[in-house]
Amino acid sequence: MEKRERMSSSTIAVAMSGGVDSSTVAAVLRAEGHTVVGLTMQLWNQRRLAGHDGMPEAVQGRCCSLDDVYDARQVAQTIGIPYYVVNHEERFEREVVRPFVQDYLSGRTPIPCSLCNNHLKFDQLLMVARQIGADTLATGHYARVEFDEDRGRWLLKRAADLAKDQTYFLFGLTQEQLSRTIFPLGGMSKPAVRELARKHGLALAEKPDSQEICFVPGGDYKRFLDTYLAEQGESLPDTSGELVTTDGRTIGEHRGIHNFTVGQRKGLGVATGTPLYVIQIKGDTGQVVVGSSQELYSKTLRARRLNLIAVEDLQERMWVTVKIRHRHEPAPALLEKTSDDELLVTFDQPQRAITPGQAAVFYDGEVVVGGGWIV
Amino acid sequence: MRRVYLDNSATTPVLPEVLEGMQPYFAEHFGNASSIHHHGQETRAAVESARESVAALLGCRAAEVVFTSGGTEADNLAIFGLVTEGDHVISSTVEHHAVLNACKHLESEGCEVTYVPVDGRGQVDPDDVRRSLRSNTKLVTIMMANNETGVLQPVDEIGRITAEADVYFHTDGVQAAGKVPVDVKQVGCDLLTISGHKIHAPQGVGALYVRKGTQLAPMLYGGRHERSRRAGTENVPGIVGLGKAAELARAGLDRGDDKKMASKRDRLERALMHVESTGVNGDGAPRVPNTTSIYVDFIEGEALVIALDLKGLAVSTGAACSSGAIEPSHVLTAMGMRAARARASVRFSLGKQNTDEEVDFAIGLVPETVARLRELSPVWGKAVVGR
Repeated sequence: MEKRERMSSSTIAVAMSGGVDSSTVAAVLRAEGHTVVGLTMQLWNQRRLAGHDGMPEAVQGRCCSLDDVYDARQVAQTIGIPYYVVNHEERFEREVVRPFVQDYLSGRTPIPCSLCNNHLKFDQLLMVARQIGADTLATGHYARVEFDEDRGRWLLKRAADLAKDQTYFLFGLTQEQLSRTIFPLGGMSKPAVRELARKHGLALAEKPDSQEICFVPGGDYKRFLDTYLAEQGESLPDTSGELVTTDGRTIGEHRGIHNFTVGQRKGLGVATGTPLYVIQIKGDTGQVVVGSSQELYSKTLRARRLNLIAVEDLQERMWVTVKIRHRHEPAPALLEKTSDDELLVTFDQPQRAITPGQAAVFYDGEVVVGGGWIV
Repeated sequence: MRRVYLDNSATTPVLPEVLEGMQPYFAEHFGNASSIHHHGQETRAAVESARESVAALLGCRAAEVVFTSGGTEADNLAIFGLVTEGDHVISSTVEHHAVLNACKHLESEGCEVTYVPVDGRGQVDPDDVRRSLRSNTKLVTIMMANNETGVLQPVDEIGRITAEADVYFHTDGVQAAGKVPVDVKQVGCDLLTISGHKIHAPQGVGALYVRKGTQLAPMLYGGRHERSRRAGTENVPGIVGLGKAAELARAGLDRGDDKKMASKRDRLERALMHVESTGVNGDGAPRVPNTTSIYVDFIEGEALVIALDLKGLAVSTGAACSSGAIEPSHVLTAMGMRAARARASVRFSLGKQNTDEEVDFAIGLVPETVARLRELSPVWGKAVVGR
């Protein structure tokens, strides 16, 4: 994992999604004179759920749609690089879709993008890239990676454009993975990327950004759970239960914990004078705890399944800033290891809606120290 | 970069003689073959001459050859032209999708289809066909040679069974024609499909042999082209190319080119078998001389195909249409192969243009490429440690 290894690499594989960012990466690397190979992962077959209850074709998600593959292929032809689609549907379902469903059914709110990065993009795709002779994988993520001679470690750093920064989804990358990865857009702003796309003559320079979870059409995860389980010949497990207040009073019933996420206000099915929010979802008893806006705030969280990047281990307590969801301003906190694979995070100021299933990502300024999954 | 093409079961290059034969029929002899005037007469003569050449390759009469846009159309014409609601059809589990999906559609339209299985070598047992016959069986459609493995089916025996039972027999001969001798009388079939681009004619032309007297409903309605069996102005340059390619194929078979092809293929296959944990799919069954489908355990065929392509060697994971598909090959799984091994399979297929030196190129390239793939494969790591 020496730095020179990366420098000697002659071929770069670009993970191409058919969007502006990864297309621009491919065009830029090609223009710089690198040998570039375009790869698109086929991860999910949208047609699978079409025709099942309430999943009309018109609202199919975009993930791996034929349109995106067409766009990526057209970019590859425009810039003159070989391009291939590799199929990882089976692994995607096992490592991303199944856990996504399971998380919701257990009262957690998952982030499939991080799982996909850990188990597909920087694992399977990187392996395929290396197998076909590319030692480096480039993606269109907004993040930076560099080697720190002093620490002897590869560092993941926030993007120059903090509004686009995607390090929150990349905290699971290992040293090995980082040593073989480049993020050419890490220092750029989105308008600058679109300008580059135009300059390189890419027809999709004005294509809108994708926002939703790629395999969940229209962002309607409840309907996705229903249709996916129906397609699998499984019925939605009964996770109905009581709505209780923080002081233990039962104020109603609900039809399944997967309908809730921490911080949710709408759709509780009870009318009270003051607004109520979901404070906690108890997967074991099926209880959904509701309370006031103030009760949503808490000062601590526990994170498990840790991955450390900037440091090898955390023996000592460490002051960092912590991000608890993608759209969250990192907040000052103290990290303390409580066991081999668990950290206690204590914030300076209480944070709103700390949500199990989401990631807690630790930063030292712009450097990603590491992260873990909120339990 | 040097490029070697060993994916001739997907498509073949048009041979120079074929291209030369077609050349005048784009701008010089451009007439509509149905026209009365001189220009029409010129192209009509060319179409009928091509029909004679195709008939000679298949051992039938010219009047029994219907030109189509390709193998898929010919397969569809044979099946939908004969079968109507309430009929029973017998096919196999290893057919090309042009037949398989046509049969699936029949099932949705109120027909019943029996898919006879294949053994571990990929062959149908003719007795299974016999046992599947019913009083309402209208058609048996079973291919001559499989597109993924090259395995030949016992079509002569199936032909005897269907003749006895007085049931129509269609065989998809796309991968067999030109590679092994094909004689419709010997096979005893009523319909047989061939495709131009698999025998060094261009893409977009094919033909269906239809035995005289067969009641076949058209799929396209229009003019009375092709004896009212296939409406639409003839693709004259394509048909001329198919005729020329059929002539060359027949001459080649007379010269024993198939034996030479087989010896090249066997040399490639033997060399690939020196790579650890590999095997031939359909080993032991009679096969067309140009194809070898091999499994290379502990790798993904998809990655091997990409890695080889980047080094200049074109091969495929199986059917060209299967690329990027979810399921492992239906042909290999029908042969009883587990999914991982089916996905670890790669097809090499030779054409008339391939030289011994090109085979050497493949023999030199594949082992080192497989070694790199395995070196980086976690399953190979475990397999090596497990020893």
